[in-house]
Amino acid sequence: MTKALLQVRDLRTHFETRAGTIKAVDGISFTLERGEILGLVGESGSGKSVTGFSLIGLLDPPGRIAGGSVVFQGQELVGRSQAEMRKLRGKRIAMIFQDPAATLNPVLTIGQQMVMAVQAHGGTGQGAALELAERSLARVGIPDAATRLNAYPHEFSGGMRQRVAIAIALLHEPELIIADEPTTALDVSIQAQILAEMKTLAQESGTALIWISHDLAIVSSLADRVIVLYLGRIVEFGPVADVLRAPLHPYTRGLLDSLPAMADPGQKLRQIPGSTPSPLNVTPGCPFAPRCAHADDLCRSEPPAVGDQHHGAFCHHALPAPA
Amino acid sequence: MLGYIIQRLIQSAFVMLAMSALVFLGVYAIGNPIDVLISPDATQDIREATIRHYGLDQPLWRQYLAFLGRLLQGDLGRSFVLNIPVLHLVLSRLPATLELALTSVLIGAFIGIPLGIYAGYRPESPASKAIMAASVLGFSVPTFWVGLILILTFAVNLDWLPAGDRGPTVEIFGVGWSFLTWDGLRFLALPAINLSLFKLAMLIRLSRAGTREIMLSDTVKFARAAGLTDFTILRRHVLRLISIPLVTVFGLEFGSTLAFAVVTETIFSWPGVGKLIIDSITSLDRPVMVGYLILVAFLFVTINLVVDLTYAVLDPRLRRGRRV
Repeated sequence: MTKALLQVRDLRTHFETRAGTIKAVDGISFTLERGEILGLVGESGSGKSVTGFSLIGLLDPPGRIAGGSVVFQGQELVGRSQAEMRKLRGKRIAMIFQDPAATLNPVLTIGQQMVMAVQAHGGTGQGAALELAERSLARVGIPDAATRLNAYPHEFSGGMRQRVAIAIALLHEPELIIADEPTTALDVSIQAQILAEMKTLAQESGTALIWISHDLAIVSSLADRVIVLYLGRIVEFGPVADVLRAPLHPYTRGLLDSLPAMADPGQKLRQIPGSTPSPLNVTPGCPFAPRCAHADDLCRSEPPAVGDQHHGAFCHHALPAPA
Repeated sequence: MLGYIIQRLIQSAFVMLAMSALVFLGVYAIGNPIDVLISPDATQDIREATIRHYGLDQPLWRQYLAFLGRLLQGDLGRSFVLNIPVLHLVLSRLPATLELALTSVLIGAFIGIPLGIYAGYRPESPASKAIMAASVLGFSVPTFWVGLILILTFAVNLDWLPAGDRGPTVEIFGVGWSFLTWDGLRFLALPAINLSLFKLAMLIRLSRAGTREIMLSDTVKFARAAGLTDFTILRRHVLRLISIPLVTVFGLEFGSTLAFAVVTETIFSWPGVGKLIIDSITSLDRPVMVGYLILVAFLFVTINLVVDLTYAVLDPRLRRGRRV
């Protein structure tokens, strides 16, 4: 077996609050190969963003990694100091966020912000840094990159702003980019463009991509593999095509059924009954049991396990494959 | 941008006009200056001659128009008491207050903003808590008391610095400045520190609040994800983003210190305009009061104009908004 780019084993991220410990990420394991695109899907509160922030070491207090291991290119990241993580961030692992209007600094030019990002890793001169910035902007499809360096974020459209953010993430040609719902705030047509471009960019540069989204449809058009999260735990994983065609977990099935594109015209959209319970009192068994139509006593007492397989679900009563 | 400046200048002119009317009416209402000007046993002839000489027999609106006409020619009248031109009198005192106010605001900014940013960056650290506790003191302890304690400590007991007065000045463009010589600075130190404490406390709290808010923003998160050091983030991102409220307060504080440094000037016998206005009020020296208030209004309007123009420099979104 070739050495994976990223190996996450039993990652646990906890938030100590006055009301108790919130296990935002509760024992997640996965592997990511070089150049692979992994979709991380789940509802709000499923722990998908927290997983991303845990990997890059940017958890907001009181969040902390309570256990597990993150091995990136053979190096353990859990337990590293912020100073060591900083050297990695932007250089080897980059991250882009949901709202480009909020991530770019409104009072600095794009050029200033990009030069800062270049110079954060080693003493590149002003001229060389600007050149690098210009090339990176051109690469993400921003016309007239040299002049646009002097523009401020508000002079760009939403889609263009997100391209700028992507260009910043690409500056140092990182091995891994974590994208936290970067197209959610954009128009659908722009979404499609950016998705296609991200896919090409990742393929060209061999960059692995973790694409965090609540939208299975987006992930299906982009990712190689997908992991479905529910309440900080993995419920299903596997190649995108398999998971979409033959979901094994009732939760994944429910997510797919609630996609408008999957519904028959004229029919009401199907919903998953109930709502995500409070992360403070998770049941001992399967986290989805309280909302699951198939749940029995076993589900409520015993957490489901799964073997080492290509496509699997943490479920005692995995759904049969459709005929 | 030019259109905006012109628009602001016209606005400022209206503010000044309104201010002049208010000041004139207000001072007119406080009493008859004739009682101060001539001795009670003067003859009726002398009395009437004096009234006519100062135009006090005219109706109010005529007096105001005459005053306005002289004002536009830069003539603020003559002091009743000292019989020298008011402009001359105020301008001879203004540099002392100007340098005192500016020094104290700058001390407040250069010490307060870094301390506040630190306190906002590390809100839980003991140093930050100490800074915040000290800032509460800066707000709540009265200036005059701090002034007395400063004199007692540094002038009387330790004998490091002079207790009051302005000390030697150096003439530049015909006005004396203290900050250019070491000895002058020693005289300036205590009153400037005294005046700066409140501004220091205010700028600490303001920069802390701004920093705390911005440190949680996605901008900072994204900058961190790009691998920027926290120092660079504070210096390049946070400082720029919190600067607009800071500039506002800086301008307001500078203006109000210029106008109302009275207490500190009195305690340290600093020969500034604050003392001048108090003296003129006690002696009902009407032209000096009016002239002083007009000049203060002028300074405020100018400072606010500069502050507004600074916004446009600091925030590109405002520049664009104004062009449209």
